[in-house]
Amino acid sequence: MELAAILAVPALASGLSLSPLGRRFAALITLVAAAIVLGLAASVAIGVMRSGRLDALDQWLTCDALGALILLLVAFVGFTAAIFSWGYIGGRAEQQAKIQRYYCLYNLFLLSMLAVPLLANVALMWIAVELTTLLSAFLVGFEDTAEALEAAWKYVVLTTLGAVLALLGFLILYWGSRVAGLEPFTWVGLAEAAPHMPPALLWPAFLLILVGFGTKVGLVPMHTWLPDAHSQAPASICALLSGVETTTALYVILRLFPVVGSAPGLDARPWFIGFGLVSVGIATLLLIYVRDFKRMFAFSTVEHMGIILVAAGLGGAEAHIGAAYQITGHAIAKSFCFFAAGMTVMAAGTQEIAAVRGLIRSSPLSALALVAGGFAIAGAPPFAIFVSELVILKAGLTSGQYLAIALLAFFVVVAFCAVMFHVNRMAFGVPERDTPVKAAPLSCKVALALAAIPLIAIGLYVPGPLQELLNAAASAMGG
Amino acid sequence: MTSASFPVISALDALTGALFLLTALGVVATRQVLASLQLFILQSLLLALSAVLLGIGLGSPHLLAVAAITIATKTLMIPWLLRHTVSAEVYRTREIERVLNIPSSLLISAVLIMVAYAVANPLLNAVDVPFAQVNLPLGIAAMFLGAFTIAVRREAVPQLLGLLAVENGVFFAGIAIVPNLPVIAELAAAVDVPVITLVIGLLTRQIHRRLGTTSVGRLAALREE
Repeated sequence: MELAAILAVPALASGLSLSPLGRRFAALITLVAAAIVLGLAASVAIGVMRSGRLDALDQWLTCDALGALILLLVAFVGFTAAIFSWGYIGGRAEQQAKIQRYYCLYNLFLLSMLAVPLLANVALMWIAVELTTLLSAFLVGFEDTAEALEAAWKYVVLTTLGAVLALLGFLILYWGSRVAGLEPFTWVGLAEAAPHMPPALLWPAFLLILVGFGTKVGLVPMHTWLPDAHSQAPASICALLSGVETTTALYVILRLFPVVGSAPGLDARPWFIGFGLVSVGIATLLLIYVRDFKRMFAFSTVEHMGIILVAAGLGGAEAHIGAAYQITGHAIAKSFCFFAAGMTVMAAGTQEIAAVRGLIRSSPLSALALVAGGFAIAGAPPFAIFVSELVILKAGLTSGQYLAIALLAFFVVVAFCAVMFHVNRMAFGVPERDTPVKAAPLSCKVALALAAIPLIAIGLYVPGPLQELLNAAASAMGG
Repeated sequence: MTSASFPVISALDALTGALFLLTALGVVATRQVLASLQLFILQSLLLALSAVLLGIGLGSPHLLAVAAITIATKTLMIPWLLRHTVSAEVYRTREIERVLNIPSSLLISAVLIMVAYAVANPLLNAVDVPFAQVNLPLGIAAMFLGAFTIAVRREAVPQLLGLLAVENGVFFAGIAIVPNLPVIAELAAAVDVPVITLVIGLLTRQIHRRLGTTSVGRLAALREE
């Protein structure tokens, strides 16, 4: 019941956003819808914890612990970004129609991301992933500048190309499950069919999906579109793109891990660790040289996606719990960072790191948020990513994969220094000139405050039910 | 059951496949935006024809539905959508600049086709499915050529057509390897292609209006220093 409602609410809200009642109504209805979705997602998560799996609509919709975790994160960021949009988008655009179109697409984009972990049929889930790109293309190009349109173009063409590659992978998977004699094309069905599939089919299918959806996750070397899209979109959309859209694509790849793992003679782990380490390494390098602070947060997303992939590849329950925890920490911290970046853009009028100095004097709240966000994504205590990275490193050492862990630890430390160096220069330092500072809208402050609650809370203490959800999600990854 | 059970249909399908690949090469080589579109429509018709042939050969009504959906979306809806989103000026554009000249492009295409056969071979050795011997390697080859088209083109509409050609390649392989994909997946795929076209078409229009060009390959404001 809740599963169907989660999809129906944003669909309804996207239609209502275009009503003649105007832009305030569109913003309000989006906010209300996002709040309802968050409530429903929480109740789904509780339901999943109680019974292990929820089904709805004649089993067309399904949700297990890993799905529930993704659902909850998408719903949470969808809610805070809806609040942030209220003041931010209102200040960035004049025309009524443009703002209403923004909210219409916002709801549809949210709908497509919520559908990914819920759709039972894998072919339909592919469509949902593909729609996340297509529905957000105009949100990326919302600013209508040459740069924003260029970013939107690269985003659509490259991620769609990746999705079509992945489609061939899914068709080969379906072929394999039919050869194995098992019909339902669901994740559960695939896991059952995998041991009987010819490895000559399963392996190319895995590689096609890894590379195809890896493009959307932002894995190096298919990441080139990501810093552009994540730096040019409005901050509220960046929070969704970076915080959860990448994760929904990664979710599909993580789902594939136990499927490949159960086939005799195939080992996906070296590929996960390899792709993950290359992504972390290149992202770290780019973090050192970055000049635009929204691009900095985008590269940090590439880094985090790489870390999660490495954690999944290390294998074992502990590493997978680390991966689930890192997914959670990333979604919360990265959306917080983009809210902070949006407020900094509003205060300083630029995205250039070098042009922002002494923000603590002109806009203390943005400066504080940037520093806190920087600490959180770089992995400093007491934030969640510090704990998750520690869990992952420890799990790798226990299982004796020293080389991978040494490289990962090195990159993580360098990335930490790079992020903190940039953030400190922006927040402290001496301002070159006094620029008039506009006060941030109240809604942006509220969004920031709401995002800060779990940011601070889950690093210090993981509540029992959340810990259970993380453990169950980790075991769904095959740990 | 192998392809040998239906000699006439197999021969016709092989012929269709050869023409399918030729249209993919044509999309790589042509300079006119409008000519690329016409080649793409021809390619989609050949995809539909192959689906009909396989549908008859395998007695699968699903494939006849695929053929009908392909004709409706790719040969009717896509040209209509493009005409209504992209301005006539873009249509008439003759691409002067390309990243690579045509002889070199065709040479690389030939290599890509051989790679496609090499990639498809292990799959075909593992499982014997009627018609896959023709459709799988040619579908993969068309995919590669479509992706290559995106890489060498600078104009927006040819890049879109390259993307759709990749999609055609996937379906050309798909109709042989999974002849009975659930209808709901076919319908959803049918929605997906027009949405891609609509989004990219509207984006092209916006780029044209804002920047006065649709030479998207030359947009390079965003890069690492």
